[in-house]
Amino acid sequence: MPGKLKVKIVAGRHLPVMDRASDLTDAFVEVKFGNTTFKTDVYPKSLNPQWNSEWFKFEVDDEDLQDEPLQITVLDHDTYSANDAIGKVYIDIDPLLYSEAATVISGWFPIYDTIHGIRGEINVVVKVDLFNDLNRFRQSSCGVKFFCTTSIPKCYRAVVIHGFVEELVVNEDPEYQWIDRIRTPRASNEARQRLISLMSGELQRKIGLKVLEMRGNAVVGYLQCFDLEGESGLVVRAIGTVCTLDKISNTAFLPACNSPSKEMKEIPFNEDPNPNTHSSGPSTPLKNQTYSFSPSKSYSRQSSSSDTDLSLTPKTGMGSGSAGKEGGPFKALLRQQTQTALEQREFPFFTLTAFPPGFLVHVGGVVSARSVKLLDRIHNPDEPETRDAWWAEIRQEIKSHAKALGCHAVVGYSESTSICEEVCILSASGTAAVLNPRFLQDGTMEGCLEQRLSWQPGFFSIGSEKGEVDFFPQNQDSSSLLGIEETSPPGCGFCHIPYDELNMPFPAHLTYCYNCRKQKVPDVLFTTIDLPAEAMVIGKGCLIQARLCRLKKKAQAEANATSISNLLPFMEYEVHTQLMNKLKLKGMNALFGLRIQITVGENMLMGLASATGVYLTALPTPGGIQIAGKTPNDGAYEQHVSHMQKKINDTIAKNKELYEINPPEIPEEIIGSPFPEPRQRSRLLRSQSESSDEVMELDLSHGKKDAFVLEIDDTDAMEDVHSLLTDVPPPPGFYSCNTEIMPGINNWTSDIQMFTSVRVSRLSNINLTNQTLNKNFNDLCENLLKSLYFKLRSMIPCCLCHVNFTVALPEDEVIQITVTAVAITFDKNQALQTSKVPAEKTLQRASTDNEEQLQFPLELCSDPLVSQPFSPAKEVLENASSHTGIPAAQRATSVDYSSFADRCNSWIELIKLKAQTIRRGSIKTTASLDKASPLAEGHLRHRSVPPCTNSTVSVVKMTPLSFIPGAKITKYLGIINMFFIRETTSLREEGGVSGFLHAFIAEVFAMVRAHVAALGGNAVVSYIMKQCVFMENPNKNQAQCLINVSGDAVIVVRESELEMVPVQPSAAVSQPASAGDVTT
Amino acid sequence: MQGDACSHAAAATWKQTAPGSYGKCQSGDSSAGSLSLLRRPAGGSWEFGSCFWSLGQAELVPWAMTNDLDIFVGNTTLIDEEVYQLWLDGYSVSDAVSLRLRSGILEQTGATVDVLQSDTMDHYRTFHMLERLLHTPSKLIHQLHFQIPPSRQAMLIERYYAFDEAFVREVLGKKLSKGTKKDLDDVSTKTSITLKSCRRQFDNFKRVFKVVEEMRGSLVENIQQHFLLSDRLARDYAAIVFFANSRFETGKKKLQFLTFEDFAYCAEQMIQNWTLGAVDSNVDDMDVDLDKEFLQELKELKVLIADKDLLDLHKSLVCTSLRGKISVYNEMEANFKNLSRALVNMASKLIHTKDVRDFFIDLVEKFIEPCKSDKWTLNDVRLFLTQYTTSAHNLDAFRHQALWDRYMSTIKSCLLKMYHD
Repeated sequence: MPGKLKVKIVAGRHLPVMDRASDLTDAFVEVKFGNTTFKTDVYPKSLNPQWNSEWFKFEVDDEDLQDEPLQITVLDHDTYSANDAIGKVYIDIDPLLYSEAATVISGWFPIYDTIHGIRGEINVVVKVDLFNDLNRFRQSSCGVKFFCTTSIPKCYRAVVIHGFVEELVVNEDPEYQWIDRIRTPRASNEARQRLISLMSGELQRKIGLKVLEMRGNAVVGYLQCFDLEGESGLVVRAIGTVCTLDKISNTAFLPACNSPSKEMKEIPFNEDPNPNTHSSGPSTPLKNQTYSFSPSKSYSRQSSSSDTDLSLTPKTGMGSGSAGKEGGPFKALLRQQTQTALEQREFPFFTLTAFPPGFLVHVGGVVSARSVKLLDRIHNPDEPETRDAWWAEIRQEIKSHAKALGCHAVVGYSESTSICEEVCILSASGTAAVLNPRFLQDGTMEGCLEQRLSWQPGFFSIGSEKGEVDFFPQNQDSSSLLGIEETSPPGCGFCHIPYDELNMPFPAHLTYCYNCRKQKVPDVLFTTIDLPAEAMVIGKGCLIQARLCRLKKKAQAEANATSISNLLPFMEYEVHTQLMNKLKLKGMNALFGLRIQITVGENMLMGLASATGVYLTALPTPGGIQIAGKTPNDGAYEQHVSHMQKKINDTIAKNKELYEINPPEIPEEIIGSPFPEPRQRSRLLRSQSESSDEVMELDLSHGKKDAFVLEIDDTDAMEDVHSLLTDVPPPPGFYSCNTEIMPGINNWTSDIQMFTSVRVSRLSNINLTNQTLNKNFNDLCENLLKSLYFKLRSMIPCCLCHVNFTVALPEDEVIQITVTAVAITFDKNQALQTSKVPAEKTLQRASTDNEEQLQFPLELCSDPLVSQPFSPAKEVLENASSHTGIPAAQRATSVDYSSFADRCNSWIELIKLKAQTIRRGSIKTTASLDKASPLAEGHLRHRSVPPCTNSTVSVVKMTPLSFIPGAKITKYLGIINMFFIRETTSLREEGGVSGFLHAFIAEVFAMVRAHVAALGGNAVVSYIMKQCVFMENPNKNQAQCLINVSGDAVIVVRESELEMVPVQPSAAVSQPASAGDVTT
Repeated sequence: MQGDACSHAAAATWKQTAPGSYGKCQSGDSSAGSLSLLRRPAGGSWEFGSCFWSLGQAELVPWAMTNDLDIFVGNTTLIDEEVYQLWLDGYSVSDAVSLRLRSGILEQTGATVDVLQSDTMDHYRTFHMLERLLHTPSKLIHQLHFQIPPSRQAMLIERYYAFDEAFVREVLGKKLSKGTKKDLDDVSTKTSITLKSCRRQFDNFKRVFKVVEEMRGSLVENIQQHFLLSDRLARDYAAIVFFANSRFETGKKKLQFLTFEDFAYCAEQMIQNWTLGAVDSNVDDMDVDLDKEFLQELKELKVLIADKDLLDLHKSLVCTSLRGKISVYNEMEANFKNLSRALVNMASKLIHTKDVRDFFIDLVEKFIEPCKSDKWTLNDVRLFLTQYTTSAHNLDAFRHQALWDRYMSTIKSCLLKMYHD
């Protein structure tokens, strides 16, 4: 199915001077797509040419539309010699191929040259006419949407989450072709940029075809990577999670829901630990939903679905009535069912890290697999079988590990490589998990709606109560749910072990869940996913890093690979021990977002693990760390040991205070008898596969509660203990985490700063031992963090979120660390207030665990506006307000203010908005006066700006998170996936390596922003810098850098602006009331 | 030689066309600064550059690790106003670091010296990249390279174009030429403003001058439009441009008591009343050049002193009206003819460029100094000048009333502004 691509070149500005004599430029533009090229006229003697060209039309196949980038070259006309290129713009037209994304690309693009950087800007308009409007995407993968976001995108609802999709394409790297010896660096760079652009287009198209085959319409958590294998070629590979998404239309409002209470009773998995999932009731007012809510019916539909789709073998009578206090047999049944469902798929993997509530049933732990491979030349680019086979092997490994943990799926799955010369380490990791099968098939994904809402940033205003809010709306539908609430409280279900406690895959120390006391939980939990929204956490989280270097001998080929694979398990072990120690030192018991990166260099291996530590209420309080000396009779030594012990204890106490970890004291006997076999040391279970693969399963068993013993038997161990204590906590007012959000901080302001920081350090003149290396590496990371804290000090109080460290070893004795993160400020006053809430919450939870919880919301329901159905929300409201001290009157107004604010189609949204208003009211009671007339305010703001702000440059926010705090994503415009090369032959003149890279990264940001703005967007979410390869040759005064970034272009609307729209309080009152009537 | 080209060419164009001049602006406090890059020793460690770019870091980190590359890039460009000021003041990175150290920033933040060093370098790099855009502020507004909130952009521009009082007094009225630029090291020594900062300020003057020199329309508005400066700063630049164009002498010892503000006020008065723009708002150079016709006509005023009867009559009119009102009546009466002669003679000579240059000296020597020596108060001067001007209207034989007013109102404003210690 062909399409017509139309391009118009409007104007240029700030062009460089190309003619020294006149200080001017005679510019014209070449527009190229595929093999067709058009040219504009020459616009003589101007640095700001106005071409205003006709529409250049390309008639092309949609396959080309997907693969090819639009290439725009700006040149300087020269009568006597060859025309000089000023620079280029590559435009990915993929966003124009979705039906709901952007319709036109129009705006100023920086003109980029790989040698000179940005040289002026060009204004371009691009449109696509796809023929055959009816069913227009069926023949190709054009309509498939791609998202980098690793959760269900905000304005969508997942109807089905189909599962894993992967693809890779290979090619020869132009940099290593023979022709490279005779062409200019510019030509070579451009060839590379173009090739990679083509390859990623092709890859995306191929993935799209697979998606259509699986009957999905979107890929979420799309992660595309480049492996620059040097001589042996260039690999572009991608993984993602196929979903069927439904756009949530904001305008659709249906007052009622279809008899939820009846349905609630039919729900089969009453034993399901999280009642959030039973959410059909109020959240289904969407008109376009055609499927039935009856679970059994959807199962039967499921059975008739295609083979590629996940299908659950329909089991009669499953679920219904199987609820009971005895979870055992039911659990087995559940597992059996989901397993059969998932086993039909090759890899039951999900690249998502955040899920709709209820999707995750249990989490087993981290599974990872690594494999060392020797690269050889890819002989036939059309058959990338070797690389495919390598990855298949690793994925198989992961799958079997998950199975060993009693899990049938892997979530938070990711893959990475590290290449040095001809050795390549392939790594994959994820979190073994048991999933709720209802989400994997058609027709029962209403839960996702809640998920979307609960992830709205504004919702954080009541953050710690998130879990509560999530399930209250269900309570309102059917009081019977409260029974469920009693039997299986939310927020701890995912911690319960998925494996059989009598037949554990590894020795672990289990206790009864501290929250529900019904199921067993491990004492520590490591995962690669984000903290589930419903998880109950005490205090705040913090970034925990394990850093490690290991020297290795320089070797060639096989020998090198062997020595690396011999080192790997030790590194994994040590990284794990370090993580565990640091976690204990922080007084926390779970890690989220764990990412272990092993980097291979010429003469060393580097391991860097980052994760966010938190204290989960469901898990037991971590014991301290005890130091045991080896020679107990030596007095001085003993003293030293006890001194250190004291220091450690002090640190733990200090950390507990710092992160506000104050779990309620629960007498041991209530919890139930802990398991009788306390273990003294952490152990690592390692399975060695026949090839050189090294695999690790993180052992969850870390000993008896209060006796985590560190033996100091040699200097190494001594060093370890020392290094434990050298990690400096961030300065006051700073928090950091590598997950999306920080537990315990809820009131983000809209002030965000995304940044990238790069450091390259040379380990010169030191005798390279593991110890000095470790110390240096540790210092490097710590200094980098310190530097960030210093730089961002004006944002205090603030949290560095999604801190992403990448380590590279570009040469001998050179370490490169790249950090990308976003700093978000939050309101301190409210943080203090809300931080008290979780503690009280848990106390309350502990006390009301028996049954009184129901009364609590009802008795607080004093507001006449809020009729019965609001009661659960009211509790939240009351709760929040009692902490923030808002007068009742204000609360009342806030209710009607918000209730119509967004034409809510679900209760949750109402609650969310209410919560928001509360927050706003409580922070700035004085400011509320100004806010009363938002129009006037806007006006004022406009006038007060200095004269020079008639700027046409629109602000584009960037963040690695999936949301923008204080704003709502209203539209996804498409994926941004850009690859740039920059090279210089005058390194010193450009300010040395720092000047060169600083300018380049700023240019990359600028180009991303320009593309987003041209699509009509104002923000990039889930931004990631996937690659930053920097090479220098100071002697030749040269340097080269490759950067690959991606993200989702979106339109966001500030929440304050959203609320301006509805201004009729009377309508508001009627709405919730009528809705309430129907519900009750 | 190439070095000459470097310092002669307008900095903006040179930088665009030849990245080789990169080191120039960083180079610090020596007269050889502008040539440092070109004279860089073969070894690669250059005079000033080494302290700027990371090469010199080793001394701060005594042990093994040296950070070759150390950068921080924010999506919104991070700007520290304090560091910006240090940069503008022309301090090298190491000086800036030690100044920041002294401000006690480490104690407040708990950071270490190398953190401070790295932070300062980052900012200096950013400012260096921004400098090219600051030369044409409209580019800074429209560029896509750095995302800077509008209020920040305004701050960057305003501060970049701000100048030191001490410096401007040295340069005011001088030709903005290479020659003057070469003498900047003397200015630097005299004012203890770093040479780098002097150069920036000088280049700013020159750049603004070049852009608006030949332009139609109001001088202040043109400056505001092209350089996006605040009203106040634009007015100051208008004065600088006006002075540079007419080359008023301001540097003589006798004029040292006058501040830039005094001159700027006088310039504004002259622009408003004595330039072409005052009569016709649609001519080239309307605000920059004095109205030649007007200057020519000023000769006609000579009649006020040449005609003895007229002079006597004028004197008696002034004396009558001032009697009892002015504290220095006798001195005034004694000096009237001298003062009147001085003012009218100045008017008649203004057609000569040289006398225009000496305008302020003449005002001081021929009017302010005699008055001061007779201990006139400011009020005395005001009363005298007012009467002196208005009385002329009562002289029937004197026919150049309009011309007289155009001349005297400005002279009066200037003198009153300048009449202080």
